[in-house]
This record gives sequence, C-alpha cells and structure tokens, in this order.
Amino acid sequence: MINAVGRDIPEEILKRTGKEVFQGVHHFDGHVYRKHGPLTQAVINSEGSKLVDSIHDVLIKCGIKDGMTVSFHHHFREGDLVVNMVMEEIHRMGIKDITICASSLGKAHDPIVPYIEDGTITNIYSSGVRGKIGEAISNGKLKGLAVMQSHGGRVRSLVTGEKQVDIAFIGAPTCDDYGNCRGIGGKSNCGVLSYAMVDSLHANRVVAITDCLVPFPNFPAHISMTRVDYVVVVDAIGDPEKIATGAAKPTTDQRKLMMADYCTKFVVNSPYFKDGFSYQTGVGGASIASTISLAREMKERNIRMRFGVGGLTKPMCDLLINDQVDCLLDTQDFDLDAVESVKDLRHYRISAGQYADPFNKGAVVNKLDFVILAALEVDVNFNCNVVVGSDGVITGAQGGHPDTAAGAKCAIVIAPLLQGRIPAVCTEVTTVTTPGESVDVVITDYGIAINPRRQDLIEAMKDVDLPFKTIEELRNIAYSIAGEPEKVEFQDRIVGIIESRDGTIMDVVRQIKPFEFSEE
Amino acid sequence: MNPNKKRLRRTMMFLNAQKPGLIKDPYIYKPDSIMLDLEDAVAENQKDAARFSLYHALRSIDYRGCERVVRINGLDTPYWQEDIRCAVAGGCDAVRIPKTESAKDVKTVENAVVQAEKDFRREEGSVLIMAAIESARGVMRALDICESSERLFGIALSGGDYTKDLQTHITGTGVELMGARQNMVIAARAAGVQCFDTVYTDLDDMEGFRQDVETIHLMGFDGKSIINPRQIDIVHEIFTPSQKDIIFAEKVVREIDDKKAKGIGVFTVDGKMIDIAFYDGAKRTIELAKASGVYKGDL
Amino acid sequence: MEIKKPAAAGTLESSDCQVTVEAGSGGIEFSLDSAVINQYGNQIRKVAFDTLKNLGVNNVRLTIVDKGALDCTIRARIEAAVYRSVGQTENLPWGGAIRS
Repeated sequence: MINAVGRDIPEEILKRTGKEVFQGVHHFDGHVYRKHGPLTQAVINSEGSKLVDSIHDVLIKCGIKDGMTVSFHHHFREGDLVVNMVMEEIHRMGIKDITICASSLGKAHDPIVPYIEDGTITNIYSSGVRGKIGEAISNGKLKGLAVMQSHGGRVRSLVTGEKQVDIAFIGAPTCDDYGNCRGIGGKSNCGVLSYAMVDSLHANRVVAITDCLVPFPNFPAHISMTRVDYVVVVDAIGDPEKIATGAAKPTTDQRKLMMADYCTKFVVNSPYFKDGFSYQTGVGGASIASTISLAREMKERNIRMRFGVGGLTKPMCDLLINDQVDCLLDTQDFDLDAVESVKDLRHYRISAGQYADPFNKGAVVNKLDFVILAALEVDVNFNCNVVVGSDGVITGAQGGHPDTAAGAKCAIVIAPLLQGRIPAVCTEVTTVTTPGESVDVVITDYGIAINPRRQDLIEAMKDVDLPFKTIEELRNIAYSIAGEPEKVEFQDRIVGIIESRDGTIMDVVRQIKPFEFSEE
Repeated sequence: MNPNKKRLRRTMMFLNAQKPGLIKDPYIYKPDSIMLDLEDAVAENQKDAARFSLYHALRSIDYRGCERVVRINGLDTPYWQEDIRCAVAGGCDAVRIPKTESAKDVKTVENAVVQAEKDFRREEGSVLIMAAIESARGVMRALDICESSERLFGIALSGGDYTKDLQTHITGTGVELMGARQNMVIAARAAGVQCFDTVYTDLDDMEGFRQDVETIHLMGFDGKSIINPRQIDIVHEIFTPSQKDIIFAEKVVREIDDKKAKGIGVFTVDGKMIDIAFYDGAKRTIELAKASGVYKGDL
Repeated sequence: MEIKKPAAAGTLESSDCQVTVEAGSGGIEFSLDSAVINQYGNQIRKVAFDTLKNLGVNNVRLTIVDKGALDCTIRARIEAAVYRSVGQTENLPWGGAIRS
C-alpha cells in the first residue's frame, strides 16, 4: 500500500505489525485515546531499602523470562555501560527472545551483537543504531524486526501501550537507596534523564542502576522513588570520557562556515526572526557554526531569543550566559559545558514526552520557530533520510528529526551537496525518515532550495541575496559532478521499519544484497 | 590581444594540483582565479602524478568562470617543460612562472607555451603568462620582466623567498616588503600589466590579513594571492568600490562617451574638469563594482 | 603498453583513490574497494576499463581502493600508476592515450 510519501509498504508487514501506513503529518490531530498504565507493586512496608545486590538478583526479582521487553536510555551516549551489563546477564541466564526498547543504541553496544545472533535478542526498538548492531540488522541477523522510532514516537508508543515495557533499566548518575534518581553528579554526570523519565512512568518494573549511591533523599529527584522498584549499585554505569566531551572547537572548515552563514542569513531574513523567537539546532559543525553566527546577528540587531531547545551544546548555553535567551529546555547534553549549564536556574529539564510526543496535549516542538537539522540524503520531494547509509546499512538515528521538523514553523536542513561522492540531494532517498511535508529549506554549499509548499517563505526571500535554486537544480548539479548514483540493491526480506512519530509506517528497511558488478 | 589579459583578478587561490579534495570544487568560494600548483606544494616524488591529476581536472571540472592558472616548476628543474605541455593540453588559461629573474626567463617559457599551443591544437595566444618574482634581482628587473611578452598579464610578489634573498624574514608588519611592493607595482603600471601581492600565511590572524590587504589595495595592487578560502571575502570586500566612487565613475564614463560622440574634447563632472585619462580608471571601477555585486546600473 | 613493474599512485585521503597496477596473467583483473560501490561501482569499473583501453593496457592486475574519488581522479591515478610502471615521465601523449 502506497503511503503519503510514496513508499510502497507491503501488506505482509502491515499484517505483521498491525500498523497503518503513514497518511500525513497531521493525520492524527485531535485523536482521542486512553493512556496505558503500568503494573505497579505497592511498597507499604517501611522496613528495608530497595537495594538489590546484583543485576542477576534484580532480574530474578523482576521475574525475567523469555519474550520480555527491557528498556534503556541513551544519556550516556557512547560511554554507556548499562545496556551491555544487563544484556550480558540476561544472556548468561539463558533467556531468549528479548525485545530491547532503547531510546537509542550506538557503537558502545557492539558487544551485544552475539546476543542478536544467538536469539537472546530478537527485536529492537530504538531511535537508531550504529556500528556493528546496524550491520547485524541489515545483514538479517535479527530474527524479528528493528523498529526505528523518533524520540517523540517512542514516547507515544509507551504512553498508548502499543509498546509495553516489562523492565526499565535506568542508569542514574546519582541515586539513593529508595530510588530517587538525578542526572547530575557522580562519575557519570550526564545532566538530565529526559528519555528515562518516560520509561519510569510506563514500565511495569523500574530498576535504577547507579555507581554513586547517595544518602536519602536525593532531591530534587529527576525520577522519583515513587516510580522505582529496585536499586542496584555497580562499579561503573558509564565512561565519563565518552558521555560528555569537551565542547567541540568551532569549525574552521570554510565549506561549513559558508553553509552556516547562508543559514543565519536565511533565518534573520525570515518572518519568524523577531524578539521572542525560539530555536533548536544539532551538533554538526555547520549547525554549531550557525548558532555562533546567529548569536552575533542577534546582538547586532538587538533581538532576543525566548527559548532554545535541545540536544544542547556550548554555543546554545553561551546564549544563556550572555543573556541572549530567556531559558533553555533540555532533553540531552552533548558536552561538558551543557552538563554544567544544567545548574543555571533558567536551564530547565524536560522529559522526552514534553519535548516531542505527538500524542500528548501539545509538545514543546510545536512551539519552535526554527530547527536546524542535518541529513544523509534529501530528495526532490524534500523527504529526508537520516537512518540508512549509502551502503544500505542502518547507521543513524531518527532522534528528534521528524518531531522537530513537524513542529517547527521553519525546518532547515543543512548538508554539503556531496558527502564524499554521494549526492546529498537526490531523486529519491534510500529510506524516508522525515516527510518532505515538514521540511521547509535545504541549505547546501552549492545553493539553497525552499520547499515549493512554502510560497510564503519564497516570497519573503525574494530580495534576499542568497544563492537560491530549486531542489531539482541542486540535484542536477550534484549528479553533473558525481554522476547519477545507482540505487542500492536490497533483498526482499524486511529487517526493519521506519516508524512515523504517529506510529504509522513511513518506510521499510530491507536486508542488504552484496554488490555485484553488472555484466557488460 | 587575449581578451582575458586584463580581467579582474582580486583573489588568486593556491591549490595543490595533487589533492583531489581541494581541486574538485574551489569555485564555490568564488575566487577570481585559482592557481593549481605543480611546484612547491607537490612533493618531489609526486611531480608525475600531479600532472595527471591536473590534466583531468582541467579537462573535466567546470570551474564556473574562475580563471585557471597553473604554477609550473622552476626553470632550474627537470619538470617545467612537461608541466607546460600538460597544462596547455589540459586547457589552462595561464601559466605562472616561479622565481622569474629576467625577461629571458619569460621568453623561454613563452617559446615552450607557443610550441605546446601548436602541439595540442590550441589557438595561438590563448594561454597567458604571469611571472612570480621571488628575488632581489627579479625585483630590480621588474620593468624588463613586465615588458618581456605580449602574453604576460602580470607579475606577482612571492614574499617568502624574496625576504630570504634580502636576508630578512616576513614580520607581519610589511616593512620588509615595502621596497619590492613599491618597485613592482610601479613597474607593472608603467608596462600596463597587473600586479599581485604575496600570500599572508597566518590564517588565525584575520585582522592582520585585513590590514595587509588594505595596504596593498591603497598601493595600487590588482589583487592578492591567498591560501585559504576564508581569506576571499575580506579581499573582495576591500576591493569593492564605495558608492561614491561608483557614482562618480558612472558619470565620468557617461560624460566622456557622450561628449566624444558629439566631438567635444572637454569633459566636466560635478563641475570639475576631467580628462581622458580618467576613463580607464572609471571603467575599472564599474567592473569592480559589478564583480562585487554592488553595481545596479546599466553600463 | 606492457606493465613492466608493479606501481602505485594516489592516496587514501577523502575524494582520492589509491591505484595499484601489476603485470597481469593474460587479461584485465580488476578489484575495487569503495564505500560508494553500491552507487558508483559499475561507473568506476567502466572508467577504469576505458582508461586502460585508451592506454592500450590489456594485461594487468588493477586494484583500486576508492575514497569517493570522482571519475577524473580515477583516470588520473590509473594513468599515473601505469606510466610509473613503465618509467615514462616526459613527452607524454596528452590528449592522445591520456584523455578524458
């Protein structure tokens, strides 16, 4: 069945998942449903603590068995040790057919690949995967399905009960013996616990894992003891070096600086750039450079930002330090400056649900004026791919890409026209993650294309001195330099789906086919 | 005369001809000229490979209006003749001679270029020449060099080697380059060719770079050699004529065109007497204004 | 042209490719390692064979490790490797056997 971005979603996968095809960004606006509540075990007896000796013991207490779903957060990024230690124990206990429901998985989790191969793990829900897990999935090693969810889409699936979590494991930088968790402090300081807040509300069992036990009460708690069943203390939950690195040095690459300048010039000339505007950006070199040059323009034109959202980095926190923004709404911290900034009273922690869940009564992303995004590929319909690499292997994450693009009044994608030899602007993306309907502008080093659906923006930019081109022109330039790329060939077997933030199917990901030269 | 001889050359960006990542699309930064280097940037054992890279880049990459100058190896090396054959066959716009010390050096290169134009069926005179001056002797013979060939569009100072020859070094103040700059720009003007300043190598000191460009702009130089795209905008900005200059230049051109057509030989603009010598300068101002994107008129 | 001794050209930097030629065993043996093989593998092979044909090389083992090089770079590296293998650096046939 063809969906709203023109992708043919096979009946087989609709039947298997019970899902519908994607029918447009606002299809579910006004949708009414009843929220799913988790099983809850009362703790009335006032003796003892919630401390359990080991991961093994806590798994027994939680009643781990074949076919269960376990969840994790990714605030420790590439420094995470929790997923591996829990899965190793589950594997040792001989449990099979586990579904992992993680807010994201990265290269840090390469060690769980053998558990995919031996059937310990058979389904994966995640924002995305990188490294060896991506290779394993794309090579058909996962028996079930990989479901790629956006940050908002993941919350929606937990809140509606579409995805039910049996045990949530929450790595907590600090925790007391009754389960009050904070993202700040300890050895694995990650600032916030936004993704895990949702798991603590909706999982049947909630286990806090910490390497820094503090005296009760660990207040103000980011995740309250009222939602936590057990606490386990381990030697290390993360590698601090890889959780939050020092702030990236601002890029000196002229190509990125040029795209950043184009972006800033576009932003300041758009109708949304006025006192009280809101803004979110990513961690790429060009995104960071555009935040820096935007700060300069704001100062010169005496324009103040009302709020910034993220995924935060130093340049965003500098806006707070320099009093150019009223407040920051934080879902994740990418560098030490951002972690440090959490202490500022105008730096608010928000849950992934507040941030992006399309099925709550209005998420923060809906109030965004601008979001600056990256993409692996954008096609002439402005559909973006941020998950599947040019070799057909899953190698990225949806993150908040589709959520912020859908919410923001002006969603800008920055990408160099050629990534190596691969055209970033193409006729048809390998896999759709973000529908072109919600992408307004594409900025490349060769020119800028405004989505024709946004005649208002085209009109607003009429007299602006920027290298405007049509998206087809950008594609043609890319193809004239690199040659027209052949499409990646896949086998028939579906190994994963790209779930739209509303739970419908945006696209499917198939098993890769080894390349063979065509005969001549 | 080759119509490109007097084209606008505010920025000439150096690129190692051996580096595919550098030479594939420098035009996105919009320098007026690029200088594909076979000389100092290319290691001794890569001289051969660099030529193939240069040849195919010239043949297949659309540099979108950027002038393509090739810096050949010095006349004291075994490479320069094949460099010229490769560059001319590839379709370069100009050849840059390093370490030029005399009119004879230019003649030597010119002869090889003429031969290559014949060998590779290029129109005679289609390949221009520029001479880099890198020694005290070269500076003292600047006028000779400027007048050595009809193909020579200009001379360029190469500050590193020149200051060594002078037994000093690059200081950042420009004091060590004063004499050479002055002598060369005067010689170039006397001969009616262009003059280009040396590179500024400290990429972190953009303020120093700006001052350097302002100095050479006021001295009368036509442009600056640059080593990084980051430097382009500053040069172009400084070489952008002011609105006042543009308006005046426009009046001069119109007045002289108009009066000449009527056979009148006395020109006045804004009540001031001007003479025909203003004409070329005014035309150049309009060209610069067009290239800088600040001219909206119809001249 | 006969490949006289093994030779290589190019680098493993982004947008470049490293080409190695060795005497073949009676034909063209082609091997390619590239991150863009799915999109451009056939094109790279076509360019490589075309370049060898222009040079008159038909007995060679050609290995390309590609880092996203454009066609013009692939041609240049193959030619550089082939001429290195025969030791010729002057009077090269620009626009003849060496052509786009």
